[in-house]
Amino acid sequence: MVCIEARGLRKTFGGTTALDGVDLHVEEGRILGIIGPNGAGKSTALHAILGLTPYEGELSVLGRDPWSERDQLMRDVSFIADVAVMPRGMRVSQALEYMDGVHPRFDREKAEGFLAKTDIRHTSKVRELSKGMVTQLHLALVMAIDARLLVLDEPTLGLDILYRKQFYDSLLNDYFDGSRTIIVTTHQIDEIQDVLTDVMFINQGRVVMECGMGDFESRYVEVMVRPENLAAARSFKPMHERQVFGRSILLFDRANRDELSAIGDIRTPGIADLFVAVMGNQGAVQ
Amino acid sequence: MMIESQEVASQRMSPTRPMYWSIRREIWENRSIYAAPVVTACIMLFGFFISLFTLPHRINAAMAGGAGKLHGVIEMPYDMTAGLILVTSFLVGVFYCLDALYGERRDRSILFWKSLPVSDRTTVFAKAAIPLVVLPLLSYALILVTQLLILILSTIALLGSRAHLAALYDKLKFFQLSAALLYAIVVIALWHAPVYCWLLLVSGWAKRATFLWAVMPFLAIGLFVRIAFGTSAFFTFLGNRLTGWFHKAFLVPVKGAPHLDPLASLTPGNLLTAPELWFGLIFAAMCVAATVCLRRYREPI
Repeated sequence: MVCIEARGLRKTFGGTTALDGVDLHVEEGRILGIIGPNGAGKSTALHAILGLTPYEGELSVLGRDPWSERDQLMRDVSFIADVAVMPRGMRVSQALEYMDGVHPRFDREKAEGFLAKTDIRHTSKVRELSKGMVTQLHLALVMAIDARLLVLDEPTLGLDILYRKQFYDSLLNDYFDGSRTIIVTTHQIDEIQDVLTDVMFINQGRVVMECGMGDFESRYVEVMVRPENLAAARSFKPMHERQVFGRSILLFDRANRDELSAIGDIRTPGIADLFVAVMGNQGAVQ
Repeated sequence: MMIESQEVASQRMSPTRPMYWSIRREIWENRSIYAAPVVTACIMLFGFFISLFTLPHRINAAMAGGAGKLHGVIEMPYDMTAGLILVTSFLVGVFYCLDALYGERRDRSILFWKSLPVSDRTTVFAKAAIPLVVLPLLSYALILVTQLLILILSTIALLGSRAHLAALYDKLKFFQLSAALLYAIVVIALWHAPVYCWLLLVSGWAKRATFLWAVMPFLAIGLFVRIAFGTSAFFTFLGNRLTGWFHKAFLVPVKGAPHLDPLASLTPGNLLTAPELWFGLIFAAMCVAATVCLRRYREPI
C-alpha cells in the first residue's frame, strides 16, 4: 500500500520558494528520514502532508487530499511538531480525557501505561513539566493512537542524549510494528541512522538524494587513505574528500569495494558524512 | 467482535463529541471564564452581608417615603448583582475572544490542536460558543444562586419584624425577576454577538496587539466622521451596539411613573423588529465564517 504519493509539490511564500517540485513516494511500513539544512523545506513538506498548508501539485496521503480532508485524515495520522506545542495550561489528566474525547482511535489505558513508566504525575500541568517530560507525555499520547502514519518534525529538539535515545527506543519497541509508517526530520542524523529504512536529502526545496538504507550501505563507501595512495584513490572519482588527523577520508558512490580496499580501510559512511558530502557538492555547483 | 468494535467506534465519532470536548478544553484553559464572575458574586455577597445591619433601618425609612422608594430599597441588591455579574462576564468574554485564536498561534499549541481530528469549523464554533452560550448560561446560574442567597440572608435579618418581612415578600417578585433576567441575558448575547465575533476574527488574524487592531479602526472612523462631518453619529452607533439592547427589549422606566411588574416591561416585538439586531447577527455570522477560513490558513507566529 502506498502511504504518501506526491508529484511536483510546490509551495512559495511571497518571493521565496519553499518546495520546488518535490516528488515523494512512501510505501506503508517504512521509516523515512528527511534530512536537510535549515530552511530546506522539510517542515513545509511535512505541513503539506498534514494538511496544514495549501500547495500546488498532486499530493495524496493514505488516499486522501490532506488540504481538503484534514480532519478526516487526522484520525489516521499523528503528528509531533517539537517539544513546545503541548498546551501549557492543561493538566496531564485533562490531556488524557480530551484525547479520549475527540480521538476515535485513542486508547487511554495504553497511554496511562506509557505514562506509568515515567515520572509524570497526572495532576501536573504541562507548564510544570521539564522539556524532556513534555516530550515523554506527547509521545505517550501519540503512541496510544492507533494511527497509520506518524509524522515527527524535530521531535527531540533541545533534549539531552538520554531522552533522545529513550524517545527512539520506545518508538521502535512499543509503537512501530512494520505496518505503520513514520516520517521524521531531525538534525541529530547519526542517532537515527539505525532506526530508518529510507533516507532523503532535501535542499532548497528539491530532493537531492533518496535511497533505502539497504541500498545506502551497498552504494556508499568511505575509504581512509594513506597519503602515498591518495593520487590513486582520487582517480576513482570520489564524491567528497575530507581530512581527519592528517589522513584523507574519501567518499565514493557505487565504487568497486575490492579495488578500494587495496588502497585503504573501507567502511560504510554515516548519514551525516554523506549529507555533508552531498550538500558540499551542491554548494560547489552554485 | 469486529462489528461490535466498529459500532463502538462510530458511536464515539458522533459529531457533537468533538464540539463538547472542544468547549470543555476552552474552559480548562481559560479559568477566568468562571473564576471572574464567581469572584464578583462573592464580593457582591460580602458587601450585601455588611449592608444587612442597616437593612431594617433603611426599610423603615423607605416605608415612610412611599411605595416607589420601598421597591428601590428592596430590589436594588438583586439588580446590582445581576448588573455587576453581567458586566464582568462581558469583560471576560471580550478578553477571552481577543486571545482565543491569537494565543494558540503565539504559543504554537495550534500545531497540537491541528494534529487531532477536530475541524477548524468545530474549533471556531466552540470558541464562539464560550461568550455566546457558556458565559450567559453560567452568569444566569450564578446570578440566581447569588440572589437566592441574598434573599435568604435578608429573610434571616428581617425575622425580627413581621412588617419588614411582609414588605420584602410583597415587593420582591423573585420568579418574575428571574424570568425577566433570562430574557435579558438572551437579548444581550444576541445583541453583543457581532462584538464577540469581530474580536474572534481579529484574534485569528492579527500577528500582534490584538486589542489595538480590534478597537483602533472604529475609533479612527468615529474621529474621522466627527472631524469631517461634525457629527458624533458613528460614536452613537458604537454606543448603541453596547447598550442599545435595553431600549429595544424593555420599556424604559419613566421617572415618577408607578412601578411596573418585571414581566410587564418586556418588549420582545420591539426587539425582533429592530434592524440593528438582524444586521448585527449577519455581521457576526460573516465574522465567524471568515475566522474559520483564517484558522485553516494561519500558521504559528
